[in-house]
Amino acid sequence: MRLTFRSTATGFALAALMLGAAQVSHAADSPNPPADAKAFQKFFTDKFPEVKLDDFVNGPYSMDEGLYKQWKEKEEFPPYEFAVDAGKELFNKPFRNGKSFADCFPNKGIGIRQNYPYFDEKQGRVVTLELAVNQCLESNGEKPYSYTRDEMASVTAYMAFTSRGKPFDIKIPGDPRALEAYENGKRYFYTRRGQLNFSCATCHVQSPGNHIRAEVLAPALGILNAMPIYRSEWGGMGTTSRRFTSCNSQVRAEPLKPQDDEYRDLEYYLSYVSNGLPISGPGARP
Amino acid sequence: MRNSTMRAAALCALSTLLLAVATSARAAGSEADYKTAYAAAETANAEAGKLRNRWTTAVKALKDAKKAAEAGDFDKAIALSKNAETLSRAAIFQSNEQKEAWKEMEIK
Repeated sequence: MRLTFRSTATGFALAALMLGAAQVSHAADSPNPPADAKAFQKFFTDKFPEVKLDDFVNGPYSMDEGLYKQWKEKEEFPPYEFAVDAGKELFNKPFRNGKSFADCFPNKGIGIRQNYPYFDEKQGRVVTLELAVNQCLESNGEKPYSYTRDEMASVTAYMAFTSRGKPFDIKIPGDPRALEAYENGKRYFYTRRGQLNFSCATCHVQSPGNHIRAEVLAPALGILNAMPIYRSEWGGMGTTSRRFTSCNSQVRAEPLKPQDDEYRDLEYYLSYVSNGLPISGPGARP
Repeated sequence: MRNSTMRAAALCALSTLLLAVATSARAAGSEADYKTAYAAAETANAEAGKLRNRWTTAVKALKDAKKAAEAGDFDKAIALSKNAETLSRAAIFQSNEQKEAWKEMEIK
């Protein structure tokens, strides 16, 4: 009888232990964006203890002293200045129906870059600033811009410029689709693709500060805070869409269409984990 | 002498005929082989596309294979098609392997 009790008690204890372990394992696998963001930021501050948290938004310049000096000098006559001026003009130019961009955005579009992308529960998808700009144009009977450069880069450059210094404040609402989009973005970020078998993280988590040919790789933390950017390599301005598609091409993966679900979800994830870091866009990069 | 000349002429005509038959058979075979190789490569590349992971090198090899076939260079077209298929299969393998493997790289 005692033996039976003992074996029953042991059985219960074992079952409880297994259940506990299963719950812990489930908890560890459950999506937890705040914990992700905390771990993400800690990873970079531990890896680069000499770089202040807010300085990560300066990309490769935060990783290399020589580049940092060059950048400081470049900022006296920044190459994105023309885009900001052109963007301001486009932003304020009335549409044919008399309305303008200011009518499409909260706070008339000024100082709001830090809130994009957001999850739109009505549309059931992530809305980036670039998508919102084109939705505004189309809803007012105007032709949408190319997602990768020119007018789109100019308008978003101006909107980022009016938001400089404001910390990223990306929210994930209770809608389960928002969490799913965040998780999809995370998966895309870490998934290897293309013939070179690289993920976004291969360059921007494992190797920031290292050279890839003549380039210094930027850390993933704060990488979108500087968007859009003037890139010397491009000889002009480019948007987040341009950055994502060109990254894919560089690893020999066929790029998706700009603003496809994967790219918007990726932007959602990467922006969320940089919450609290200031908007520094538009930026300039080598 | 006359007989041997006639025999030589008949042999020459026969070898020319055989060579012509062999050449035309080889060319026809090559085109068919190309079509088979290209179809296999196209199918594999479409599958990689469904997984949202087509490799630029596979896409280019497919395009170049078509160009080579249009120019009548079936040997080159077959080689390029086979290369495109190999690359596409590697892309499919990568996508399937990464369905779980991506988690190993995640910052936790």
